[in-house]
Amino acid sequence: MAEEVKLFGLWGSPFSRRVEIALKIKGVKYEYIEDDLQNKSALLLKYNPVHKKVPVLLHNGKPIAESLVLLEYIDETWEGNPNLPPDPYERAQARFWAKFIDEKCLPALWKALFGEESEQEKAMEEALQNLKMLEKELKDKRLFGGGGGGGGGGGEESIGLVDIAANFIAYWVGIIQEAVGAEILNRERFPVLYKWIDELLSCSVIRENLPPRDKMLAYFISRVQAAKASK
Amino acid sequence: MADEVVLLDFWPSPFGMRVRIALAEKGIKYEYKEEDLRNKSPLLLKMNPVHKQIPVLIHNGKPVNESLIAVQYIDEVWKDKSPILPSDPYQRALARFWADYIDKKIYVSGKKVWQTKGEEQEEAKKEFIGHLKMLEGELGDKAFFGGECFGFVDVALVPFYSWFYAYETCGSFSIEAECPKLMAWVKRCMQRDSVAKSLPDQHKVYDFVLQLKKKFGIE
Repeated sequence: MAEEVKLFGLWGSPFSRRVEIALKIKGVKYEYIEDDLQNKSALLLKYNPVHKKVPVLLHNGKPIAESLVLLEYIDETWEGNPNLPPDPYERAQARFWAKFIDEKCLPALWKALFGEESEQEKAMEEALQNLKMLEKELKDKRLFGGGGGGGGGGGEESIGLVDIAANFIAYWVGIIQEAVGAEILNRERFPVLYKWIDELLSCSVIRENLPPRDKMLAYFISRVQAAKASK
Repeated sequence: MADEVVLLDFWPSPFGMRVRIALAEKGIKYEYKEEDLRNKSPLLLKMNPVHKQIPVLIHNGKPVNESLIAVQYIDEVWKDKSPILPSDPYQRALARFWADYIDKKIYVSGKKVWQTKGEEQEEAKKEFIGHLKMLEGELGDKAFFGGECFGFVDVALVPFYSWFYAYETCGSFSIEAECPKLMAWVKRCMQRDSVAKSLPDQHKVYDFVLQLKKKFGIE
């Protein structure tokens, strides 16, 4: 039976892009459907009634949601270039850091950049702390790694689950900082993390699955302006 | 080499209970260490420097943090007995999705029920019951969330049963009345030794909640 893979996504969403990266690393052919956020499409509501969000993957008609769940599903379903290592302890560590990124880093960064002024200072401190912990975890590795040959420089350090999960930090944060006029992540503060960003963005499979910078910047600038106008 | 397994835990924690259940399901011998969260041990701070929280599973000296990650770890290491996650990738994805839903919604909304009163509490109750009903809908007529067999989503959710009496009493409502199918599922789970022995008595949890309310000045 011919395989049918569809991805409902959003051009600017890091979560959606994570799934595209994972599919591309595995060489999976899929149909991409851009979701219209303003009028959440009827299809999206049908396939993700619980959260009503992208990304949603439809594999032979069966829907799955939540980007980190999808990264593991893609790993288990299609062979080659795994994003998780085979050892259970290393898998647990990768899952830990991916969760840390989603539940601690991203919310703190978002609040520090977009939150209420009263919350921003505290969020900034938290974001800095979280980034420091992430940097410590990198140590002297080129990538967070754990992957098995997909798109990295080769050798034992290939793109893994944590690298894909941290795409927001590698690309979106820089753009948002420019739009908002704030600076949390910079080369002086985080030399190790910046080396990782350079390494990650040098991988073609990552670079080719990011939204265009100028379009993303324009989007965030307009968001900032809209927020100011509503005050 | 004999396996050395230690669990750093706190008796009323539903997250700790998940790991207890998984270890029991697999018949793993381990050392249980009760933590005083007001005075965290050097071992806890060393093994979970990022979050400084329980539960922490320590296997041959190496820590695994976050309850659902620890449960998956246990399933993958002791893979020859009593599987917790299903073998089919799509079923596994569904199991992870619902466990993630439980993680994001149940603890937080349940906490709001016992921490608030008046209008705020009514809102909290509606939200909490809404999440339970969503889960009840997903359960449907199956014996367990994964189907015939007790599994990952059951492990993720059933520990909160030990807090039901506390939620119900603080919020003046009955979970049985709102979600009878879910309560039938609870009873099925409680027939398993691994679950019955891992959950504390509901009244003990309620007394603990009353102490917390006093401590935080919540009437």
